[in-house]
Amino acid sequence: MPKITYIDNSGNSKTVNVSSGLSVMEGAIQNNIPGIDADCGGSMACATCHVYVQERWLGKLNKSEDGEQDMLDMAFKPKKNSRLSCQILVSEEIDGLVVTTPEKQT
Amino acid sequence: MIKTDAVIIGAGPTGLFAVHQLGVNGLSAEVIDNLDKAGGQCIELYPDKPIYDIPAIPECNGEELTKNLLEQIKPFKPKFHFNERVQELKEDKGIWVVKTNKGNSFTTPNVIIAGGVGSFEPRKLPLKELEKFEGRDVFYSVSNKEKLKNKKIAIFGGGDSALDWALELSKDSKITLIHRRNEFRGSSRTLHELEKLKKEGKISIKTLFQIKSINEGEKLNSIILENDEGKKESVEVDTILAFFGLIMKLGPIAEWGLNIDKKAIPVNTENFETNKKGIFAVGDICTYPGKLRLILSGFHEAALASVACFKRARPNEKYKFQFTTSSKEIQERLGVSKKKE
Repeated sequence: MPKITYIDNSGNSKTVNVSSGLSVMEGAIQNNIPGIDADCGGSMACATCHVYVQERWLGKLNKSEDGEQDMLDMAFKPKKNSRLSCQILVSEEIDGLVVTTPEKQT
Repeated sequence: MIKTDAVIIGAGPTGLFAVHQLGVNGLSAEVIDNLDKAGGQCIELYPDKPIYDIPAIPECNGEELTKNLLEQIKPFKPKFHFNERVQELKEDKGIWVVKTNKGNSFTTPNVIIAGGVGSFEPRKLPLKELEKFEGRDVFYSVSNKEKLKNKKIAIFGGGDSALDWALELSKDSKITLIHRRNEFRGSSRTLHELEKLKKEGKISIKTLFQIKSINEGEKLNSIILENDEGKKESVEVDTILAFFGLIMKLGPIAEWGLNIDKKAIPVNTENFETNKKGIFAVGDICTYPGKLRLILSGFHEAALASVACFKRARPNEKYKFQFTTSSKEIQERLGVSKKKE
């Protein structure tokens, strides 16, 4: 099962197994990873599952849609490597992915 | 003081259908919502996105769903209190007293919380220092544009609201439009107009920039912007407008003594009552083993909660389960009963 590492704002890291086919957001919710709220439940409508993707993984992920970028405009301190974790699909190809959660999700 | 059989907090699809189910059982309802209209998340988050999982409706969008629900509950003449937030919930001898931020009070045996993920509030700029200027020099919506004349205004955002206000306010003020990307989201007419005003020097556009800090004295003097490469720029402004959409906050609900588990309210699945007698939670805001955050689940939850509401509102009457297809009583309530020939 692919491993995903979530690092929080103060540097604490947690690595969990997430089944292929789930989103990085769902992986966080199922494993009680703090720092990801996912208020809208994954419908790309709230930007509260915002994460920063470790640079070396950026090119390996599925591209973000316009709608995702529109939502990221509203996220707290978005950066170039910002993504909505509900839109990153877990697969064997991204086994080892590292994401950092922002200071807050508002 | 308004007396009613049930107060419903939240006018989203679940709250609206709760009106229907209470109405079918002969109960009155007052609906309170922080937004200015019915629809909740359906209207705020996805008015034009398609929904495919409403039973017997192959496809509709949030706006249509809301319109149809409002039509369906018309016979029950629910009273709506929009732009109003429930602030306080207190018990007085088995009766709930509900108070809003506008000073309205309700007494009722039943409160149905259909509050989605909480109330919608504007997302704010990520600088704490700006809080003290809110409502004076920093705004997240425009209520009086007359006050925004002859100003130096920074507008943050890349969507319709930011663009529309940039165009409108550029007539009388100096505008700097700041957005974290190069792409703006607006109609081609709006974008064309923006380009024109930029060429005429009426709007200055700073893309790939975000706010870093502010210079303040008594008033706001200037803001410092920074881009991804760490390049900083100072812009002279006396007013800031930011349009980052809305976020849902649990707000006062957290202070009513209800059990809360990860921003949701645990309920039993028999009648969706919370840990407080007479307070029910339905829709996205409730949680129980197996909970799915679907609109259809909210409808089911509202139906069962309304039965429990009946028992509390009419303790001396026996609850009768009836079908809308055959019950004359319900059809009278719906205003569809056929008169005898």
